[in-house]
Amino acid sequence: MSDVLDRGAVEIARAVAARETSALDLTEAALARAHQRDGAVGAYLAITDEVAREHARRVDARLAQGARLPLAGVPVAIKDNMCLAGTRTTAGSKMLGNWVAPYTATAVQRLLDAGAIPIGKANLDEFAMGSSCENSALGVTRNPWDLARVPGGSSGGSVAAVASGTATFALGSDTGGSIREPAAFCGVVGFKPTYGRVSRYGLIAFASSLDQIGPIAKSVEDAALVYETIAGVDAADATTVARPVETARGALRDDLAGVRVGIVREFDLAHLDPEVRAVYEQAYRDLEKLGAELVEVALPTADYGVATYYLIAPAECSSNLARFDGMRYGLRVEAADVGATYEATRAAGFGDEVKRRILIGTYALSSGYYDAYYVRAQKARTLIALDFRTAFERCDVIACPAASSPAFEFNAKSDPVSMYLMDYYTIPMSLAGLPSLSVPCGYVTPEGGRTPLPLGLELTTPLFAEAALLGIAHAYEVGTRHAQKQAPPALEAAR
Amino acid sequence: MSTTSAPGRAALQVDGVAYEAVIGIECHVELTTETKMFCGCRNVFGSEPNTNVCPVCLGYPGALPVPNRVAVEAIVRAGLAFGAEIPAFSKFDRKNYFYPDMPKNYQISQYDTPFAVGGVVSFWLPDGTQRSVRLTRIHLEEDTGKSMHAGSADGRLGGSTHSLVDFNRAGVPLMECVSEPDIRSSAEAVAYLEALKRTFVALGVSDVKMEEGSLRCDANVSIRPAGSSELGTKTEIKNMNSFRSVQRAIEHEVARQAEALARGQRIVQETRGWDEGEQTTIVQRSKEEAHDYRYFPDPDLVPIEFAAADLARWREASRAIPQVRLERLISRDKISVVQAHQLVDTPGLADYYEAAVALSGAPQATLNFVLGELSRLANETGVAVAGAQMTPQALAEIVDLTTRGAIGSKTAKDLIGRVWAEGGSPAKIVERDGLAQVSDPAAIDAFVRDVIAAQTESVENFRNGKESVIKFLVGQVMKTSRGKADPRLAEERLRTLILETRGE
Repeated sequence: MSDVLDRGAVEIARAVAARETSALDLTEAALARAHQRDGAVGAYLAITDEVAREHARRVDARLAQGARLPLAGVPVAIKDNMCLAGTRTTAGSKMLGNWVAPYTATAVQRLLDAGAIPIGKANLDEFAMGSSCENSALGVTRNPWDLARVPGGSSGGSVAAVASGTATFALGSDTGGSIREPAAFCGVVGFKPTYGRVSRYGLIAFASSLDQIGPIAKSVEDAALVYETIAGVDAADATTVARPVETARGALRDDLAGVRVGIVREFDLAHLDPEVRAVYEQAYRDLEKLGAELVEVALPTADYGVATYYLIAPAECSSNLARFDGMRYGLRVEAADVGATYEATRAAGFGDEVKRRILIGTYALSSGYYDAYYVRAQKARTLIALDFRTAFERCDVIACPAASSPAFEFNAKSDPVSMYLMDYYTIPMSLAGLPSLSVPCGYVTPEGGRTPLPLGLELTTPLFAEAALLGIAHAYEVGTRHAQKQAPPALEAAR
Repeated sequence: MSTTSAPGRAALQVDGVAYEAVIGIECHVELTTETKMFCGCRNVFGSEPNTNVCPVCLGYPGALPVPNRVAVEAIVRAGLAFGAEIPAFSKFDRKNYFYPDMPKNYQISQYDTPFAVGGVVSFWLPDGTQRSVRLTRIHLEEDTGKSMHAGSADGRLGGSTHSLVDFNRAGVPLMECVSEPDIRSSAEAVAYLEALKRTFVALGVSDVKMEEGSLRCDANVSIRPAGSSELGTKTEIKNMNSFRSVQRAIEHEVARQAEALARGQRIVQETRGWDEGEQTTIVQRSKEEAHDYRYFPDPDLVPIEFAAADLARWREASRAIPQVRLERLISRDKISVVQAHQLVDTPGLADYYEAAVALSGAPQATLNFVLGELSRLANETGVAVAGAQMTPQALAEIVDLTTRGAIGSKTAKDLIGRVWAEGGSPAKIVERDGLAQVSDPAAIDAFVRDVIAAQTESVENFRNGKESVIKFLVGQVMKTSRGKADPRLAEERLRTLILETRGE
């Protein structure tokens, strides 16, 4: 059974559909593996044994009735900011530590309808605010490559689950890099589709104009399969786009002949550690070797991305998180009157980073500051998007680092701004709403480090060009086979 | 807007100087859509608490709003009805503040891009004066839930032990309609509100019931020397829950401000609540406590642009609104202001009247039947005129028969009764049953002679100068002729023949 679990999503679904194994048997094996392996990693806030078995039985019954399920029996980890009816959905916050979702998010429901089995709810930075998973109020997640290091964030639990082999794929959410940066840190594929492609209904909002759900998987092919399953217009999310989802798996290719790859002039690799820089230079050469033409493109405003993002995202979060007041659900700390109860509840329920962003956002939206901060940030956002549009006149895809370093050690980034800068390469794409992914591109062993750590190459295409993006990423993946060259030590130990 | 005094306005004086009231009204009107503004929950009044709720209108984590197209269309149609401009681009904004009956702690509203900008509400005061009030804007937002406080003697927050919240109303579409300060008296304020109500009911966008809270309004009130173009310091009056309380509250507030100025005091800008029991206004909040709502565009909702074809269609439909119809009835058909409002304010009656006039070409005669015999029958039978078997076509036939003199008023009344009950064509009934009025002097004379012979005492009284008896004698002729005699001719022949037969 274990060998089936080590396959990719496409093959597992095929094996279950062919009744090589029942979904229930496979699920029992997956649950056993999750319980056995997750102690050291801590990818999950909850392993949802009973819910998983219930869905596995349902999948077996549907298969017996002749249903065709593209994700039959495939174990999935769901980031714990997405609602799954009947399970605790915490957003990694004490505020929702005991909140049981009464409904299921659209993206999650589409996976369930396709036969996927929810193995557990994955840890995250509180309300998806963070780049290391250290901001979770409910648990510590470790990087399977080096347990002394962070998995990245905010989708740290999701990537750790996939990297440690306890889930075949996972759902993450990406607001400024929360899928791509941790995917790079844990050596897996992390894909953020175009804003508006995947319904946000049931995703606990951080910054509504940026949040986007996407797949985290061991291969581009699996990511494409999951993307095809969850993408598409949803009547419950007014920001989803009524535009047909092209089959991404049909566009997977093995070479890059005729593809123009944009290398961003402003993203100077000289700023990076020499070892890291060498990996990215090799990645660009590999793209060329596969037939691509490298062209230099300019993103002159990309440097303002982080500053722009840290006005818009906090502004939206200050409003989105206002509903957590102790009145209707979640934590309530009783005090003298309603105003005092609000204050006591929010003081106890939110962690420091969440409070910091609520304060920044409230300030940015305040009378007298709105034009200077929020409005100017929106203008900067437009300029950044226009820069990308101009760049894509000269290239089909932009390649750059997904992060400026490999995974760092716990407590290494105590200064909030140094943590914010971790998303320097991912934020501009989020502000522009572009489809963007991270694919493993090599390894570095840091000075004094015990094990090699993975790095991720970030690839970005124009709006709605997901099929092209996945096709290019697949060609790079099969042409370099970085993901197959090494396996996380935590996984090795488990074997 | 004119600032000179107009008829119907009570004289207001401070230290012998003429003053005028300056009033603007802000209305919140709940729309009568099937479902709520941003979710599929039913929009109905009076359900068990917290039964029409879902993750969206309860503001649950992860839930998202989806705009109700019917509600958006209703706002645009309301704006067009008053000639407002409909901007090409609109969006929803979030108004941020904490309150326990507001699930998300922000309200989805519209800040700087309302669906309708400007427009004019025209209406008539009972004395026949026509007035116009400019609209500032009409925008769309979501309603809040309702708080109820338990444990206090009067049901208020103060002294209560706990509060309960009913979220059935949370997310109900709410239209906010703001006027310019063009209103000059409490009577105008009420007439303005009645004009809004009439229009919204006619458009079918709201039932506008103040007692159920589907219309709520606040008044901004100030006073200034008559003719001045500067505005005085205003107070905002809240908590008025009937047209009558709007009138009383404004009257009270205008008098309070005038007395304060007369005593040499200054008016303080503040919010005052109308106390129905005490018939007075009480300070609720001063300006210093004003909120910073931190408005910003709602990122969960995309901007809205209207198709030109939709706007053209809605604009065409808005021509049937009461304001336009009243103008037509009063100026074209020369109907009195009171009667024109009677027509417009009874569902379907103005349509019925206009359909009948189009066929009869006789506005006054048609109006008399519609507001007279037909309205009486409607009251008596409980069947609306608009839904009766007596069609506008049938009424037009009756109008035609009477104006030609083919039937008399008695026959007309009988005929209306028959057609009301059984339907049919009055013209055909008259022909078939030989009900046509007798206008031949010779035939009339025969009836008249019979009456003179039979009613000797009355005839004698008339001869002795008792003029009123003539009505009785005409009635006898009508009776003898079974209603077919032309009453005018009958009276003329009675007078002649009574004189001719003197001394016989």
